[in-house]
Amino acid sequence: MTFPVLEGKVAIVTGSAMGMGLATAKLFAAAKAKVIVADFNEEKGKEAVTEIEANGGTAHFIKVDISNSDQVQSMIAETVEKYGHLDVAVNNAALTPDNAPAAEFDEAYWDKLISIDLTGTALCMKYELQQMIKQGNGGSIVNISSVSGFRPQPNNIAYVAAKHGVVGMTKVAAMENGDKNIRVNSVAPGAIDTPMLRGSLEETGQTEEEFAPQLSLLGRFGQPEEIAEASLWLASDQSSYVTGTVIHADAGYTSR
Amino acid sequence: MHNRFDGKVVLITGAGSGLGQASALQIAKEGARLSLVDLNTASLEETKNKVLESVPKADVLLTTADVSDEKAVENYVNQTVQQFGAVDAFFNNAGIEGKQNLTEDFGIEEFQKVINVNLNGIFYGMKHVLKVMKKQGSGSIVNTASVGGIRGVGNQSGYAASKHGVAGLTKNSGIEYGQYGISIKAIAPGAIMTPMVEGSLKQMDPDNWEEAGKEFVKPNPMKRFGKPEEVGYLVAFLLSDQANFINATIIPIDGGQANKY
Repeated sequence: MTFPVLEGKVAIVTGSAMGMGLATAKLFAAAKAKVIVADFNEEKGKEAVTEIEANGGTAHFIKVDISNSDQVQSMIAETVEKYGHLDVAVNNAALTPDNAPAAEFDEAYWDKLISIDLTGTALCMKYELQQMIKQGNGGSIVNISSVSGFRPQPNNIAYVAAKHGVVGMTKVAAMENGDKNIRVNSVAPGAIDTPMLRGSLEETGQTEEEFAPQLSLLGRFGQPEEIAEASLWLASDQSSYVTGTVIHADAGYTSR
Repeated sequence: MHNRFDGKVVLITGAGSGLGQASALQIAKEGARLSLVDLNTASLEETKNKVLESVPKADVLLTTADVSDEKAVENYVNQTVQQFGAVDAFFNNAGIEGKQNLTEDFGIEEFQKVINVNLNGIFYGMKHVLKVMKKQGSGSIVNTASVGGIRGVGNQSGYAASKHGVAGLTKNSGIEYGQYGISIKAIAPGAIMTPMVEGSLKQMDPDNWEEAGKEFVKPNPMKRFGKPEEVGYLVAFLLSDQANFINATIIPIDGGQANKY
């Protein structure tokens, strides 16, 4: 039995067609939330909804490019139209890290990545906050950062900049909205076994056996479900006094 | 009914009041066998009674111990293993606040007293529990640090040094023991209304401590004190298998206050 429960709550999970977002949408549905699967990838997003419904959960797909303010606003409006309110949001959608040194980064890719990972996260948070403030009965927002929000990764300048930014914006929004009982926190995953990580491995030609011990003190990659558990806890009423906090779910990577 | 601790052995120090007691109550509801430790025997009995009120069949061992005495720490760990055969999870929590004073007036004896309980006590606890967990090849530990262990608060030389020390030990030992399947984390509670915080407020203003409390949480983003049970929820999450990938890190539970100092 899934615990804690999100019964009666409506949750948006962005980037939930694959990886950590998908694991989060599935876990939240198992925890009895009504889940908005929000993603750019319509095919995989709809597959996620089908899977959730097959397991007895409630979910609805919304196609969104989070770098587009109009689309983000429409996502919130459609959520409220569909399920009546918005209580929880996990802002997880992000573009794959860049792969070039600081002296040579691709400026077009920088713009694209920043527009999604940084600006897109801020836009989602902005309109989620507006909806939660309007409802007047609190809420919980979880922004997915990364170990790259705390430590430099060579050749990932745009991703590292964006994820540091996600940590900062989380704390600002937490400071501003605590008195409205809207909590804003972050989960900073380490090496999690996702399509994004597998893609990076392929690109650099490393194996899991070489790579995992460098990034994880447990000597293994984390599972997407382990990140989903941290987001679930922060999304739930169990974390009612936690705001402006980052949960580092990285097996100890950022403490070295 | 959820039961993340079904059959698990959970050891809690400082279990007679405040965060330790609240955590014991939460974890007992989820099926744990509890080994509870406190300096104060009467308060331990009180916690046991509260546990049995909500979980009549709970299996509870009580051990009176001064955590600043290593022999006493070794004894409470041995008692737990003798009784239950394992230590699956450890809330290494016992602590004191110390008398508030400027650094120059803090006093060497007072400083050492606070360090002995809050820092040495945590170290002894980890030393003896980690031996058991390493043999088991599994376990989780939550140490109690504080917002005063990640930020400067003022007038708390001993408390600040000891709680920063707890945060440091947590990172150090977490890095050492991850390879054995053991995760070690710390919590950093802020303004939680426990008997200890009540004591601090009474030091600040003995006659109007409740007013002093209201002033104290004015800058807090959530504008209120936290409740011990809210910390109990966090401790239960961190000690459970849901948090196995969270290691060597400190998690504030403070209504956002650590960002305001």
